[in-house]
Amino acid sequence: MNRLIGLASVLLGTLAFSTAQAHRTWLLPSSTVLSAPGEWVTVDAAVSNQLFYFNHVPLRADTLEIVAPNGAKVAPQNVSTGKFRTTFDVQLNEAGTYRIAVVNDGVMASYKVGGEQKRWRGRAQDFAKQVPANAEELRVFETTARVETFVTAGKPSELKALGRGLELVPVTHPNDLVAGEPARFKFLLDDQPARDLEVTIVAGGERYRDRPIELKTSTDAQGELEVTWPEPGMYWINASAQDRNTQIEQASERRVSYVATVEVMAP
Amino acid sequence: MQKTISLTACVLLTGAAHAADLNVAIEVPRLSVAEYHRPYVAVWIEGPDRTAMHLDVWYDVKLKDHEGAKWLKDLRAWWRRIGRDLTLPADGVSGATRAPGAYELAFPASHPAIANLAPGEYRLMVEAAREVGGRELIEIPFRWPATEIQRYQAQGQHELGAVAVTVKP
Repeated sequence: MNRLIGLASVLLGTLAFSTAQAHRTWLLPSSTVLSAPGEWVTVDAAVSNQLFYFNHVPLRADTLEIVAPNGAKVAPQNVSTGKFRTTFDVQLNEAGTYRIAVVNDGVMASYKVGGEQKRWRGRAQDFAKQVPANAEELRVFETTARVETFVTAGKPSELKALGRGLELVPVTHPNDLVAGEPARFKFLLDDQPARDLEVTIVAGGERYRDRPIELKTSTDAQGELEVTWPEPGMYWINASAQDRNTQIEQASERRVSYVATVEVMAP
Repeated sequence: MQKTISLTACVLLTGAAHAADLNVAIEVPRLSVAEYHRPYVAVWIEGPDRTAMHLDVWYDVKLKDHEGAKWLKDLRAWWRRIGRDLTLPADGVSGATRAPGAYELAFPASHPAIANLAPGEYRLMVEAAREVGGRELIEIPFRWPATEIQRYQAQGQHELGAVAVTVKP
């Protein structure tokens, strides 16, 4: 049963941006700033409309990538997927900033064989094996979706660009955000500045608010934007792009999306 | 709320023989709450360009495995400016939490936070955070140095009582 829900959530997660923001995918850490190494955080991973309430479907953690300040991969602990959310624990054994991400890279194909409509979703390297050569009306697109958050034990450390897909690169560190102060972020698409990228920033706590706090802004020629946080809380940052930079020849386009959850402290 | 009072006359009467260059008075209020824990308190100086000079931090130093340090980040303004760069516990910059009462902290001219303080406008910062309680940050602008004794004070609202800083020539 969990497997079915999981698959559904992954599909929803990666499809979210293609269906006019039907749902939002997110990670929610129990803390973003901790005093010292050795402490733990627990993280919720879910897909929902309202931020940050797990009331729809979980986001599967199969493709979780947790990277320690020194670049080492860290395994999540106590991973559990329930009806509405996945949770997992991370021990922060090193001083500095951890990057916690669910990364879904995939290919979606729809085609007909002998008049019968087929769909396939999988990894790029499996495409040739799974989609028959005689497929008709073949439509293929690739997706790259990164959903991440940042957690720091002690002093924030440098976050290096990953160089692939759409990503946020700190100018202001994502664990050093305070309400009323401007923060600056740079967006990269495959390591190049993502210019004129529309970025949506939504404050959590939507259940208790008549009007959502939603900021829409765009990156400048350097791929940078500045945001002044209207109030403290958890924020959801989202951007997406489409291009033809595909791995598979038959793919018509690549859909790239990015989500970050950041915490803004009270001054 | 913040007042500048010249207390030259008073000090002349009480005697300024033990002159320290900076004195900080902090009142930890007695609170009527079901579950009371002594507050964590941080004291520091901020300069015009956001430079920060640490003076003192009170936290639970008695817990085993230095576990009391876990909540230092709840002094969130101090944590961001100073705390996350410090290694605690450290002699002279940290101490145990204190019960409700009035405390005087004296920082002599030789104290590293003020020994090389350039003349100018500064703010004394006092932040308090309490487990199962609130958090409060008091800022008191003051001028450094002083040609005569200057006392500046402010009144906390919930986690802190009266707070004052005295600059002595």
